[in-house]
Amino acid sequence: MRVVKTETYAVRTDADVVQVRQAVRSWSAELRFTLVDQTKMVTAASELARNAVVYGGGGIARLETLDDGARRGLRVVFEDQGPGIPDIELALRDGFTSGNGLGLGLGGARRLVNDFDVRSTPGQGTSVTITRWA
Amino acid sequence: MERIPILRMGEFLLVTIQVDMHDRTALALQDDLTSRIADSGARGVLIDISSLDIVDSFIGRMLANIAAMARVLDAATVVTGMRPAVAITLVELGLELPGVRTALNVEKGMALLRRALPPAEVELDEDDAPGAAHAPDAAPPPGGTKGAHARRED
Repeated sequence: MRVVKTETYAVRTDADVVQVRQAVRSWSAELRFTLVDQTKMVTAASELARNAVVYGGGGIARLETLDDGARRGLRVVFEDQGPGIPDIELALRDGFTSGNGLGLGLGGARRLVNDFDVRSTPGQGTSVTITRWA
Repeated sequence: MERIPILRMGEFLLVTIQVDMHDRTALALQDDLTSRIADSGARGVLIDISSLDIVDSFIGRMLANIAAMARVLDAATVVTGMRPAVAITLVELGLELPGVRTALNVEKGMALLRRALPPAEVELDEDDAPGAAHAPDAAPPPGGTKGAHARRED
């Protein structure tokens, strides 16, 4: 699988969350995602970018356009150096929240994309990767 | 910080969200609307989101909070103009927007708010006061044309 294009954004503030949303929107449109798929990808990115700010104390979002020979896709990796997630299975459950959110962020984002991967080491940080294929 | 304007129309407050909101902007709107309902005694709130690309869990929570606070202050809330792609995504995200009524567009939303009011209150608001009626052209009032001209607005 080839990474065609990549760009990294800082995710530290409210304004950064908006900027990541707009970047994911424009990259999804460039890949000719359907409007529904664009909306799903932007919404998932919005949830995860906010998680990185609120729970991870800020981090980065790396956007990558992928080409696996047969199809193209958009992968977004969110990384923070926050406290990490002690129990990922629990965190993925709807309604679970350690903050004041609705608890839909992580599990909700997983339902909106094709591939979802979350890795976390308590005390070191969290990395969430989402991919949607055109 | 950017603030979303709130318009007053009779008994109702109208909001059109036309920007990609920062989370703080959404929280400010929630506070502003709640204060405005209390200050103005508005009986309904219409929030048009036809310009919004996405509604994520944060914005969804804002809409649900506004509806809940409005209800406590005796006002109905309707959210209008949600795009189909946004609706599909909301359902998959698992967001339910409890207590938020929706309508396809602003016109239908206004009709819904009017129906939510007791009929007498709506009529009072729309009736002209009897003294404001124009004098008919064919029957100039006593005192000549000068007085009649002074009362015409065209």
